[in-house]
Amino acid sequence: MKIIVLLKRVPDTEAKILINQEGDGIREDGVKFIINTYDEYGIEEGLRLKEKLGGDSKVTVVCAGPEESTEVIRTALAMGADDAVHICDPALTKPNPFTIAEVLAKAISEEGFDIIFCGKQGIDDDMAQTQSILAEKLDIPQVNNATVFELADDLSKVLLNRRIEGGDEKVETSLPVIISCEKGLNDPRYASLPGIMKAKKKEIRGKNLADLGFNEVPSSGKSRILKWLPMPKGGECKMVEAEETVDTVKELARLLREEAKVV
Amino acid sequence: MGKDVLVFGEIRNGELKKVVKELVAAAAIITGETGGAIDAVLVGAGAEKEAPGISGFGLRKIAVVDDDAVTDYSSEGYAAVLASLVGEEGYGYVLMGATSMGRDLGPRAAAKVDGVMFSDCVEVRIDGGALVARRPVYSGKLFVELTPEGDGPVFISIRPNNIAPAGESGGSSEIAARPSGVDRAAIRAIVSEIVPLAGGRPDVTEADVIVSGGRAMKEEANFRMLEKLADLFGGAVGASRAAVDAGYAEQPIQVGQTGKVVNPKLYIACGISGAIQHLAGMRTSKVIVAINKDASAPIFEKAHYGIVGDLFEIVPILTEEIEKMLQ
Ligand SMILES: Cc1cc2nc3c(=O)[nH]c(=O)nc-3n(C[C@H](O)[C@H](O)[C@H](O)COP(=O)(O)OP(=O)(O)OC[C@H]3O[C@@H](n4cnc5c(N)ncnc54)[C@H](O)[C@@H]3O)c2cc1C
Repeated sequence: MKIIVLLKRVPDTEAKILINQEGDGIREDGVKFIINTYDEYGIEEGLRLKEKLGGDSKVTVVCAGPEESTEVIRTALAMGADDAVHICDPALTKPNPFTIAEVLAKAISEEGFDIIFCGKQGIDDDMAQTQSILAEKLDIPQVNNATVFELADDLSKVLLNRRIEGGDEKVETSLPVIISCEKGLNDPRYASLPGIMKAKKKEIRGKNLADLGFNEVPSSGKSRILKWLPMPKGGECKMVEAEETVDTVKELARLLREEAKVV
Repeated sequence: MGKDVLVFGEIRNGELKKVVKELVAAAAIITGETGGAIDAVLVGAGAEKEAPGISGFGLRKIAVVDDDAVTDYSSEGYAAVLASLVGEEGYGYVLMGATSMGRDLGPRAAAKVDGVMFSDCVEVRIDGGALVARRPVYSGKLFVELTPEGDGPVFISIRPNNIAPAGESGGSSEIAARPSGVDRAAIRAIVSEIVPLAGGRPDVTEADVIVSGGRAMKEEANFRMLEKLADLFGGAVGASRAAVDAGYAEQPIQVGQTGKVVNPKLYIACGISGAIQHLAGMRTSKVIVAINKDASAPIFEKAHYGIVGDLFEIVPILTEEIEKMLQ
């Protein structure tokens, strides 16, 4: 089985995110970058599937992103992925999900695929679009926010749970399919030391737009960011205090009713 | 590009979602400037029953689509319905809730019609004739404002609880059934069953009030205390990741970057330090109350009201006080 795992390089969750001087993006200096948190569940699920199936199953990581993405690709290879495709082109500095989906669709089609895993969203732009657009472009079904994944023994179908408000949807689908992973699907493994050594020898195939047959940046879904804005500071916290706890809490209840008007 | 707006009237468990009236209000912000009309489409089981409930909310017409192929949700089937409506009627904008359904469906439908998608928006407006949508990025650490550049239809998903819902405006809307035009056999991924969360409590993404507990809750049984307070409001109980990891609460109620993003009117954080990943999930709450033993806990930097003290002492008193108020 040909398993594709999508990967994105994003700022660490702890990173302080500030608008850059030009006001058209974030300041990257001093920011640590990591594998998109949700993609780790995708890598893990891909590796588990390969381990279960054995034989000539293969996990290929596909990442579109700047040169520095090699680092997160190596981490995925160290976790156990077999090889990788790295789509990197100076023209792709500020891509929208439609452009990325189009580029990924081309690269993935060239690789061949039975199943694609990815994270439920990038923790940078938080759009959760690429996987569904990619599904449409590849004309395959999508299952987003998967918390349970099971492949039937005869490989004919996939059974999944996907997280929704107040519960889970059970979905059954055929292959090929793209699955975006939600927390809870699995516990991602760490890269082992032998894994890290082996990863150095694994192949990362670099591709630019021309390699993928594009003369220009594919750009359906055109849009433009007009402005970056800081998060509003939020009001000062009103600390409620009194001699006795009971009075403090009474005062809080009163404020919630009379001032905040939420009771 | 058309100037009419289509509102996706999401139906869950046979009922129209609360967010739909908020979408109608957002649509009116757009048509107020562009002069377009607002229509809605309701898809799936319950569509026919629910359509009259939004008739006369400023909608011109409501399409009701409920046949075998769309009774159960599928992104493929529902995206095809939206795409055919957009194709026939030339809508310039399609609005949906930033719910699990809206977020699943929107990008696929947008891709079908060469549109663009702005997800999880908290504000829309027309500025100099162009649509501008504001959305949080980097887990709410920043906002961006986006505008479409092509001439394809613009799909927008809007976070629930952000825009005051539309009220009745008199008159009524034309309600007409419409076939889905979808072949059920051609749909590859279809929902077969919905398994509700254990406990049957309101979902954190939908509740107006959330009482959340952190590591300080010490054990699962102590969450009953939070439930009691939440129940007074018909609210939900949430948890920090530390509480989930420790086994005090279930993952589906985790609030934060790797949990749910919530936006209630009132968020009461009990024994939660306010780590950046937790704030990522709840910082847009309208009123945040923090109860924490540690006066220097970062949660107080984001809270509107704070009490420094022991939650095990404070929460029961607060419950009692609020109960009295509501009597
Ligand atoms: C990639 C990643 C993703 C993450 N995603 C999330 C997420 O989605 N959601 C999330 O919440 N976290 C997330 N975290 C974890 C986050 O960093 C924090 O570890 C977590 O939020 C801490 O939970 P807490 O506030 O309950 O616990 P703590 O930080 O341990 O805080 C407990 C607080 O309780 C107070 N306290 C103790 N006893 C009492 C008492 N009796 N009365 C009152 N106050 C008391 C303490 O003063 C303290 O402030 C993530 C972390 C990473 C690295």
